[in-house]
Amino acid sequence: MLQRVFYGFIAVFALAALGLGLAVAGSPGLAFGLFAALTIGGALVCVWERSVVRSAFALMATFTGVACFFVLLESEFLAMAQILIYVGAILVLILFGVMLTPPDLNERKLSRVLPGIAIIGACTAWIGMKTAETATWAIAAAPPTGGKVEGFSTAERIGVGFLAADEYVIPFELAAVVLTVALVGAVYIARRRRVDLEAPTERGEV
Amino acid sequence: MGLGAYVAVSAVLFALGIVAIVTRRNVLYVLMGIEMILNAANLNFVAFNRFGGDGLDGRMFAIFTIILAAAEAAVALAIVLNVWHLFETIRPSDADMLRE
Repeated sequence: MLQRVFYGFIAVFALAALGLGLAVAGSPGLAFGLFAALTIGGALVCVWERSVVRSAFALMATFTGVACFFVLLESEFLAMAQILIYVGAILVLILFGVMLTPPDLNERKLSRVLPGIAIIGACTAWIGMKTAETATWAIAAAPPTGGKVEGFSTAERIGVGFLAADEYVIPFELAAVVLTVALVGAVYIARRRRVDLEAPTERGEV
Repeated sequence: MGLGAYVAVSAVLFALGIVAIVTRRNVLYVLMGIEMILNAANLNFVAFNRFGGDGLDGRMFAIFTIILAAAEAAVALAIVLNVWHLFETIRPSDADMLRE
């Protein structure tokens, strides 16, 4: 199991590096296909797989693929944040959840959920077709700038935007408050109840 | 690649997230599905920002989504642990009592 996980890590990051190399070498179409395969493939394996641990590790491919898309879209800072927060933190949280809860061996059989999957897929395809019919892709052709200013990377502009008083400093501070409140609240909710701690002594087990 | 390709990938990712939420009994799959959906939304925000002008609003929105997703994952894990302690089950459909 561990060995397979290790090989999976290497495969995912090798694919990502290969795609980024392709993008730099000048064939973004090929890189896009590779990243799409990484993203969608990871999500498919996650949905398909019966074991929670394997699903969680498959999700890593999805998160890495989305980070690669961010690089392709010239948002290097977002790609870095995606790797750090999603692959580094949220995935580890999910794995902690897997380890701290019992395995549920009575998952639904695949044959029972296939109709639902078919319905959801059909709905998505239908909405996509309708959107493609009616949407006017006025901005479908990439503008020369696309949020980029000559001499500035988007990461620099994002950093300036966070601190400039007339841009995003209020949401930035609010995000800090929200994170603090959420983490303190999470610790409060997840803490062991006093009853749990005292229960053994009440039974005289010291 | 044009905007349409990114939107298509994000639509598929969104649908797979919905599938993960709807078809599974384990609440951890619901969490994973939510993360997939948030990722799909982020991909849309960044793609539309990249193809749609000079501002950085989409990227900023994506950053705040990531921040809130981190907070959400922490609180959700705490709730999952609590539900397991209270109900001895992590199936969302079985934990249906508001009080003990």
